[in-house]
Amino acid sequence: MNLSEIDPATFPPATPPGHLDRRGFLRLSALAGGGLALALYLRLPSDLLAAAPAAAAAGTPDGDFAPNLFVRITSAGEITILASNPEAGQGVKTALPMIIAEELDVAWTQVRVVQADLDPRLGRQVAGGSQATPTHYEPFRRLGATARFLLVAAAAAKWSVHASELSTPGDARVVHAASGRAASYGELAGAAALLPLPDEKTVPLKNPADFRVMGRRTGGVDNPAIVTGQPLFGIDTRRPGQLFATFVKCPVFGGKVRSANLDAVKALPGVKHACVIDAPGVSSGVAIVATTTWQAFKARDSLKVEWDEGRTAAESTAGFAAAAERAWADPGSGKILRNDGDFEAARAAAGANLVGARYTYPFLSHANLEPQNCTALFTPGALEVWAPTQAPQRGREAAAKALGLPPEAVTVRMTRMGGGFGRRLTNDFVAEAAAIARELPGVPVQLAWTRADDMQHDWYRPAGYHDLRAVLDSAGSLLGWSDHFVTFAAGYDTAEPSGVASLGPDEFPGRFLPHCLVRQTPLPNGIPMGPWRAPRASAQSFAHQSFLDELAVASGRDPVAFKLAVLGEPRAIPATGGKGPVYHTGRMAGVVRLAAEKSGWGTPLPKGSGRGLAFHFSHLGYAAIVVEVTVSPAGELTVDRVVVAADVGRQIINPSGAENQAEGSVVDGISSCLLQSITLDGGRVLQTNFGDMPLLRIAQSPKKIETHFLVTDNPPTGLGEPIIPPVPPALGNALFAATGKRIRSLPISAHDLSWS
Amino acid sequence: MPLTLNINGKSHDLGSIDPSTPLLWALRDHLGLVGTKYGCGQGLCGACTVHLNGQPSRSCILPVNALAGVKITTVEGLAKGGQLTALQQAWCDRDVAQCGYCQAGQLMSATALLARTPKPTDEDIDAAMSGNLCRCGTYTRIRQAIHTAAAQP
Repeated sequence: MNLSEIDPATFPPATPPGHLDRRGFLRLSALAGGGLALALYLRLPSDLLAAAPAAAAAGTPDGDFAPNLFVRITSAGEITILASNPEAGQGVKTALPMIIAEELDVAWTQVRVVQADLDPRLGRQVAGGSQATPTHYEPFRRLGATARFLLVAAAAAKWSVHASELSTPGDARVVHAASGRAASYGELAGAAALLPLPDEKTVPLKNPADFRVMGRRTGGVDNPAIVTGQPLFGIDTRRPGQLFATFVKCPVFGGKVRSANLDAVKALPGVKHACVIDAPGVSSGVAIVATTTWQAFKARDSLKVEWDEGRTAAESTAGFAAAAERAWADPGSGKILRNDGDFEAARAAAGANLVGARYTYPFLSHANLEPQNCTALFTPGALEVWAPTQAPQRGREAAAKALGLPPEAVTVRMTRMGGGFGRRLTNDFVAEAAAIARELPGVPVQLAWTRADDMQHDWYRPAGYHDLRAVLDSAGSLLGWSDHFVTFAAGYDTAEPSGVASLGPDEFPGRFLPHCLVRQTPLPNGIPMGPWRAPRASAQSFAHQSFLDELAVASGRDPVAFKLAVLGEPRAIPATGGKGPVYHTGRMAGVVRLAAEKSGWGTPLPKGSGRGLAFHFSHLGYAAIVVEVTVSPAGELTVDRVVVAADVGRQIINPSGAENQAEGSVVDGISSCLLQSITLDGGRVLQTNFGDMPLLRIAQSPKKIETHFLVTDNPPTGLGEPIIPPVPPALGNALFAATGKRIRSLPISAHDLSWS
Repeated sequence: MPLTLNINGKSHDLGSIDPSTPLLWALRDHLGLVGTKYGCGQGLCGACTVHLNGQPSRSCILPVNALAGVKITTVEGLAKGGQLTALQQAWCDRDVAQCGYCQAGQLMSATALLARTPKPTDEDIDAAMSGNLCRCGTYTRIRQAIHTAAAQP
């Protein structure tokens, strides 16, 4: 597992494939109606194991195992597969059930996919870290294969033939070719449910050459509901008697309510309740509950709050930038994370071959198009929430903490999310909804944030400041590298960086050079920071891969040849101390070559046009990007073409979804580095909406995006994140090629790109 | 005076609704038509796009008292008799959506585009769709899906 890429505070560690707890792996149940139900329990905690049905084959009176069953086949032949993970647009609600359907050997059109709620027996229900594919691929294959094995065994018993004489043609039937007999899975389900479970490690898996579901372009299971406007998202939740709430927090992070004109607000049209919220783990603020969202929003105009702004009011973007300058000027500043060879000696010997540059990037907001929201129903001793959350278990814990309830008293219904990108790994909105709902027992309350709330109370991608230096030898090869990274501490009273703001000692080109010095200075602060798509990698790669391109230019060599030379011969480079993923240089070189080849690297372009390449390894995926741009003499940018090359192993589960992730990563990467910046002054965020924090529009998006997957014989891994980190530096490198201007700070829109 | 709106061919009584209520919230909170989405509240993102007499409009900044007698169409009113429109079908076939939150607004803008420009160029599409943000970045597929639908006989 690529746990070094993941903030351990944010992501519960996943169970590695092949290390499942045998005791809790599979359970088989007979349905009351004579069907087959097969449940897969991942990482079953021992207390739940004890509570789980001891002999599943005994069945239950009503046959209703719906919350913890992955596969259900009724005697009528209806096949249901549970989608266990939160869907934020990464396509997991389609891709994971496809794995099960493949080995179950049914046609995708025969399957109905049903969204699960939070249930610890379903294993890791998290949308984060690009982990769904690597943690589920093998277990889900075995789950589907075990169900198929039992259905075949049932047919063998029914016809008194050996199972080896039977086959499944992929349409939910078992066929005995010799006698021409066939039976549907529905006909066999009742008998299959009574058979003893095989050891799932021994059930035969399909030869991938025979895959009929995986590897086919498959539309998202929710597409019909999306295009017809059916309720799917958290904010679409409607419960009988529901009220609507808004929650006003101090614009300065950590500020607290001193007083508020609650009585005046309570007298406003439609307002049912207004109060100050003070609950564990919930920001201080004023809740207004009304008959409609609009009435709650409108009441804010009349709300007057006196705030105690607290110490963060002294913080600003300008202040952080000045602090970075001071840290860079102080040779004793920071903690050394890596010190290979002797960079300073190599630097002293290098003379003119020393290159240095400073790179900076701003805070970023996630800007999910669906603002944060949660619907909650409190009844004494219990809470039910309908939550668009990437981490429902953490949502349960946050709500329980806010109310002083045990976590098991909180039921979490998982809704589709209008975008995740890491924002919804933090469940502040769930805790807020819980605290507000407690004020009105028995009444469902939907908390919806305004766009300004969302932009000003995000958990931001941290800004960063890199002082980079490098030494080239006389032949133009990269000999040494140093980075003094000024970043953000996890608060005021710690010297440790925030988990989403730290530089890994193995970050490329760490481990690749004879001399490498990496130093890190975290600034104390009160700014909320959180994971933003490919945490750390998506920000740091801009600095590192842009600077590497500068070095290529300084070396006088072709950038692709220079970069391949740094990667060196194909080999597996273990993580320092064994803590983290192995870096396979051959896989990276493979995607670099593929991207270069597909982009026509080296073929001439007209003046004002240019190509840039960047690569990055994160979240177990290898990605290289070539961006081709044209910049007019006046400085207007057109992204003509983007070529994506990625190696995420031997199987692309759903090519349509996979390419969508690649295309989206390209647009997200360009949007964030070209246009976006969250700036702070007086401890508050200055941006409020898409007017001052723009998203890329269709006319600005690339004219063409091509995705090429390099299939290698490695375990399949995720695609939500690894493609985004190389996008910003590839764009910056292309702009240099086109204009001769090197982009060393973001957003790019702040730079004059004109040339003559 | 009670307010009545014509939405998707049906008359809806909004009772004594605050006349300044934006159409978006009348749809979502008064009538339970939640397909039209809240994204920004300022007409900047296009997630709330509906048709007023066939013209794409941002419902989050449209007070309901301006809409008497106007024929309003929302995403729920595109498909007729359970039959998806060519655009809706193309959206499914091209697998456009990622999170899907913006897509109702995208479809409303695209539907209006094809009504006035049946065979749009990429430039026509970019011009007509530039008021609709997609945070997931599905723009290349939106262009493809509009071309696919436009190619239907």
